[in-house]
Amino acid sequence: MDVNLSLLSIEIATVVLALGVLIIGLLVPKEQKYGLGYLVTIGLAIILFVSFSFYGINTKMFDGMYIIDDYSVFFKQLFLISATLVTLAATLYVKKIGTNYGEFFIMIVFATLGMMILSSAGDLITLYLALETMTISFYILTGFRKGDSKSIEAAVKYLILGALSSGVLLFGLSLVYGMTGTTVISEVALKIGEMASMPPALVVGVVFLVGGFGFKISAVPFQMWSPDVYEGAPTPVTAFLAVGSKAAAFAVLMRVFLIAFPDFSAQWRVLFAALAALTIIVGNLVAIPQTNIKRMLAYSSIAQAGYIMTGVVAANTAGVKGVAFYGMLYVFATIGAFTVVMNFSANTGSDEIKDYAGLAQRSPLLAAVLTVCLLSMAGIPPLAGFAGKFYLFSSIVSQGYLWLVIIGLLMSMASVYYYLSVAKVMYMADPQDDTPIIVPAGAKATLLITMAVTVFLGVYPQPLSVLANMAAKALFF
Amino acid sequence: MIGLNHFLIFSGTLFCIGLFGALSKRNAIAILMGLELMLNAVNINLVAFARYVTTGILTGHVFAIFVIAVAAAEVAVGLALIVAIYRARISVNVEDFDWLKW
Repeated sequence: MDVNLSLLSIEIATVVLALGVLIIGLLVPKEQKYGLGYLVTIGLAIILFVSFSFYGINTKMFDGMYIIDDYSVFFKQLFLISATLVTLAATLYVKKIGTNYGEFFIMIVFATLGMMILSSAGDLITLYLALETMTISFYILTGFRKGDSKSIEAAVKYLILGALSSGVLLFGLSLVYGMTGTTVISEVALKIGEMASMPPALVVGVVFLVGGFGFKISAVPFQMWSPDVYEGAPTPVTAFLAVGSKAAAFAVLMRVFLIAFPDFSAQWRVLFAALAALTIIVGNLVAIPQTNIKRMLAYSSIAQAGYIMTGVVAANTAGVKGVAFYGMLYVFATIGAFTVVMNFSANTGSDEIKDYAGLAQRSPLLAAVLTVCLLSMAGIPPLAGFAGKFYLFSSIVSQGYLWLVIIGLLMSMASVYYYLSVAKVMYMADPQDDTPIIVPAGAKATLLITMAVTVFLGVYPQPLSVLANMAAKALFF
Repeated sequence: MIGLNHFLIFSGTLFCIGLFGALSKRNAIAILMGLELMLNAVNINLVAFARYVTTGILTGHVFAIFVIAVAAAEVAVGLALIVAIYRARISVNVEDFDWLKW
């Protein structure tokens, strides 16, 4: 059997980067370990550029267990972009943690690797292994501030609930395997097509899959872990968790449901529509009374997952395109917002919204970026979030889900309230302490990139839209 | 004659016991044990399916071995975190983990 390993060069390069930094980390003296973060950023950026040459390959490896197509490449780039931006922004914050500087970045690279394999998984075993690579790395990252018991507590909660959801997901996978006799996703669909009637065990399996994936994307009613974990985890980890783990779960969820179970899409689409509606409503309404900005952003990201889920409900090329497009915008908006939060707390030690009073005077850059990112999440034109929501909602409006669009639009309006109240605190209130906030160069670069991209893609969404369209077409190829 | 259904009923029961244990226990170690029961129920499922559904093809066995390996990794991280939180709180009771609003 011929195996063309060069098709795996992105994944191999990522492993080499992680292991290489691990070894270099042992060699360099303790006070020079701060360079490792930049090394990881540069390595990830190089892998990101190389990955552009993987568009248009569209092939399968290892008898369909591993899929290299435009869809997986698009999502791999999404993960690489978020990992690059997070590592670039995190340097000052991680310096405050103090110990194990190198390992922090290595775990981020390993989590990225898990996500990349997840987006390429063509087999249920590959899927499970990739999912656990990502999740176990995140357990460790969440508990990284060993001295801070909030961080450890968040990690324990994440581990218990994450392992529980993995168990449920795995039970679903085993039932799917047992009822169809195969673990390759595309063959599952063929086997289901041959069946005269749906065995009840398969239906149970699919419901378990919805539950397991629902947990990973923090859809209501499986969202209870995310506010606690988002608040307790170190802020760079929260940013990466919010974008990376969610986007990876969406990437694999769409592959499983759209490729393996198209024959009973009528049933699971209703299920996802109900979950999406609940998620949008609960996420936005609970975000309003929050006083901690990380908790507020956690609930807002739950609501964002609800918007993204409407693209899954559409279950066609337009829907997948909407998910891919919105996922990419969401990366920039979320990482921008969390970069502001991490630099603010590295300077002041606070995550409370009331302490953001007068931030516009203390650091105009931080205040501007936070405002732009939050307004983009709310979907205010001309920012990128507006174009993203437009693609998502227009994909389901013609399919009889007008009620879901109306819920989405109403709740987007409600979300403007809590997003703008942060902006109001930053611009209208007077600072209690007007020492300027120091933002290191790396974080400044992240802030400027996220703001520029958010504005640019809102005014001119064409390039990303073309890429997302290509990715969506490759999924159904 | 013991058939596939017996195994499925057994693994379903084991899964429910594990799930109940994970949700009702207060001790974090006991919760991890409940989680292990859930994963072992999955393994029984996989091996039974490999025996009765895809006789001669070892996909189910391979899947079960991977599940065992991953479960070991998960428990290793889990126990490390529980040791870390025990140092901070002198407790492994999940009801004491209330610094964050649960």
